[in-house]
Amino acid sequence: MSIHFVVHEEGDSVGVVVVEGVSAGEVLTGWVMEDDQTINVTARNDIPLGHKLAILDLPAQATVIKYGVDIGRTIAPISAGEHLHVHNVKTKRW
Amino acid sequence: MGLELSEKTFPGYRRENGRVGVRNHVIVLPVDDLSNAAAEAVAHNIKGVLALPHPYGRLQFGADLELHFKTLIGTGCNPNVAAVVVIGIEDGWTRRVVEGIATTGKPVTGFGIEGHGDHETIRRASHAAREYLQWASELQREESPLVDLWVSTKCGESDTTSGCGANPTVGNAFDKLYERGLTLLFGETTELTGGEHLVAARCRTPEIRGQFQSMFDRYQELVNRHKTNDLSESQPTKGNIAGGLTTIEEKALGNIQKIGRKCLIDGVLDKADVPTGPGLWFMDSSSAAAEMVTLCAAAGFVIHFFPTGQGNVIGNPILPVIKICANPRTVRTMAEHIDVDVSGLLRREMSPDQAGDALLEMMLRTANGRLTAAEALGHREFVLTRLFESA
Repeated sequence: MSIHFVVHEEGDSVGVVVVEGVSAGEVLTGWVMEDDQTINVTARNDIPLGHKLAILDLPAQATVIKYGVDIGRTIAPISAGEHLHVHNVKTKRW
Repeated sequence: MGLELSEKTFPGYRRENGRVGVRNHVIVLPVDDLSNAAAEAVAHNIKGVLALPHPYGRLQFGADLELHFKTLIGTGCNPNVAAVVVIGIEDGWTRRVVEGIATTGKPVTGFGIEGHGDHETIRRASHAAREYLQWASELQREESPLVDLWVSTKCGESDTTSGCGANPTVGNAFDKLYERGLTLLFGETTELTGGEHLVAARCRTPEIRGQFQSMFDRYQELVNRHKTNDLSESQPTKGNIAGGLTTIEEKALGNIQKIGRKCLIDGVLDKADVPTGPGLWFMDSSSAAAEMVTLCAAAGFVIHFFPTGQGNVIGNPILPVIKICANPRTVRTMAEHIDVDVSGLLRREMSPDQAGDALLEMMLRTANGRLTAAEALGHREFVLTRLFESA
């Protein structure tokens, strides 16, 4: 089965879109690499190749997890299926 | 059936000091910016020798000057280099570089421009370069054990596909090479930010962990002292952000996929230092591609793995740079730059193990003489790391 996004580890808050042309409303299939499972999430925005979507609902000031590790904090609430990038997530460093 | 590395050898050039190279360059090495014109004229006269122009070498001092010499000397000592012609504006520093390279036993000679002028220097240096080139052209490759291959890695123009595809491919290959006792290198100190605890946990001993941590902390302090904002657009870069990377932490976690899951860090090195034994080494270095790859070459590495996402086009004059990419758009739009396409990983058509083997096959072909994309395209970025202002 073809996949639209990959998730590194179970428990991650995000998936990475690995195909071009993902648009809002599309039901996406994600591959959780660590345990080789698939999940489905509906895209809430158009999301470019390589960009991330939230795969669960995150409140503002929440820690974002990828690779099972903290990669930064949300600066606004983000819903599952929403584009997650520099407009709604910031580093905790520097 | 995976690639069986235990039986593999590669045809290399065994140098006077026992190190083995996979290329046979005769280089013309300027000591300073003023000597670039003469060095390039010699390379123009003698077809097949390579000039390595660069913008530095005057009025540097202290640790910055030491690094300048160490990088030039290390480049000349690299086993991918058969012989060296050194040209400097004056004799003293020229002699210092010549003497450093001469410790390998390889042919090297130097020329100072002052008192002679460019014409006479070019005439004499061309004579030496021609002799070296013809001598080197008769050197033969000999089958060498895999442990003689020194392999470095650094990624560039990373995006999220680097972390899911190209970097784990390098990690898989590094795990396999580490098991065979090769000498391996990674670095990029600031690009470990957010994953430094994971790297620290991989250090073989508490002493090495302490050395790594102080190198990491020093670099963080440097960033904090000089930054004017949160480093947005520098780390991650504009290209990283366009490719979907959001924070330095995310970039770092993708980056450290390159050191695989099994290798331990056996030692740390300062910039351009040469490893003293096999294993995985960490070099405290800039994360700028050409600077880091130049330092890898100066440390004696003969093959480089360069994973990219958005499509960094870097090469090096003497170190073959193998590009690995998993981004399906980049492998389509920038195909001429990519040596190993692992985009199948992101379509779930290829396993990390198969991707690692594909890279190792390309490593062996490159060692055997296949030109990398960067070599074919003439990418010869030679960029010296500066530590501070000139006097």
